[in-house]
Amino acid sequence: MLKNRSLIDPNDFTREEFREIFDLGHQIIADPAKYSKSCEGKILATLFYEPSTRTRLSFETAMLRLGGQVIGFSEAASSSTAKGESIADTLRTVECYADIAAMRHPKEGAPRLASHYIHMPLINAGDGGHQHPTQTLTDILTIERLRGSVENKTYGFCGDLKFGRTVHSLVKFLSNYEGVRFIFISPEELRVPEYIREEVVRKKGIPFQEVDQMEPYMGELDFLYMTRVQRERFFNEEDYIRLKDRFILDKAKMAYARPDTYILHPLPRVNEISTEVDDDPRAQYFQQAKNGMYVRMALILKLLGIY
Amino acid sequence: MLEITSIEKGIVIDHITAGYGIQVFNYLNLDKADYNVALICNAYSQKMGKKDIIKINNVIDINYDFLGLIDPNATVNIIEEGKTIKKVKLEVPERVENIIRCKNPRCVTSVEHYFPHVFHLVDKEKRSYRCEYCDDIVIPYPVK
Ligand SMILES: [Zn+2]
Repeated sequence: MLKNRSLIDPNDFTREEFREIFDLGHQIIADPAKYSKSCEGKILATLFYEPSTRTRLSFETAMLRLGGQVIGFSEAASSSTAKGESIADTLRTVECYADIAAMRHPKEGAPRLASHYIHMPLINAGDGGHQHPTQTLTDILTIERLRGSVENKTYGFCGDLKFGRTVHSLVKFLSNYEGVRFIFISPEELRVPEYIREEVVRKKGIPFQEVDQMEPYMGELDFLYMTRVQRERFFNEEDYIRLKDRFILDKAKMAYARPDTYILHPLPRVNEISTEVDDDPRAQYFQQAKNGMYVRMALILKLLGIY
Repeated sequence: MLEITSIEKGIVIDHITAGYGIQVFNYLNLDKADYNVALICNAYSQKMGKKDIIKINNVIDINYDFLGLIDPNATVNIIEEGKTIKKVKLEVPERVENIIRCKNPRCVTSVEHYFPHVFHLVDKEKRSYRCEYCDDIVIPYPVK
């Protein structure tokens, strides 16, 4: 039963529970109108302690398309937290008004902490460089729509793998499935953190490689997951400028990829995927964003116990 | 060898990995004890080469989770009338609360302070722990 549960980390739900969400997601895509009044009278709170327009719009649109309503704030400066209110108190107050909440916070583990203080379902909409499980649901739904299932595939991850929480969440998730293989493509400075490498990948015996160039590995990939090298993760400008352009996907590199290798990206993109790639049918990142709305619709319906 | 008078009623923590005795001593606040206490460092041990021992001439409450965390190979002997009446076997705790703190500056524990610091055991051999909130891995007391 997913009713009244919270999604903070991909490991919070079983494979079967995720299956329920994805199946509902595919059903919504097939007939969105059927669900347009499912959440009438329900309110989603979006609590964004740091701005992320894209993710917030996706959550809010998902709720609106289900016939529900939304309240919330974006940026701590405009909220009570600027006056020193604790996360626990803010969440306990919001629980008086809303039926379900999505929370984004710059500190790692903040949604986990918040979930200990409330009874309504809470969705982690990103916590610092840590986890971003609904992006993972988006990615998985997209993979399934493109290639049927996530099993028996080689996944390439490219860019900022150290701070890229979307990568951490997706790697954790995929690690529960048969026949997956990872190729981590990044500068040495931005490799996946130890807890992902040791506790997740190595512990589950998943074959993986850590490399620092794209071309020789493109032909092996079923999916290439690109990420942005974020300026705010760096302490100095020099490092940022030196690293950000090293792993840019362009037409020339796409020539090494198979016809059935799909390119995914959590968006927003800066320049890590050249715009000349956008028209390539293998570039699926905009469709991915749309799937993100559908899978959030499915998640909201499941956590509210409506479907 | 240095002779330490054996105790009548109290606790002897033996076979502490050499070097960790002082940490156990400090954790148990034995520097403030008004009873007889002995910390013996680098005592000879046939099994371990060197070991630390703590003798406490009093019955005090001991957090066995902490002892198991710091050194699961230590042995705790409860002494009455000069004899060991009970030996406590220590285990590496699966979950510890408010013993270790998260050092990740990006962790929520660095900005909010009204809830317990919780860690979960990851690897028993390495004695590594994962922060409940941010998943950062720490090895608070490495195997020596
Ligand atoms: Zn932490």
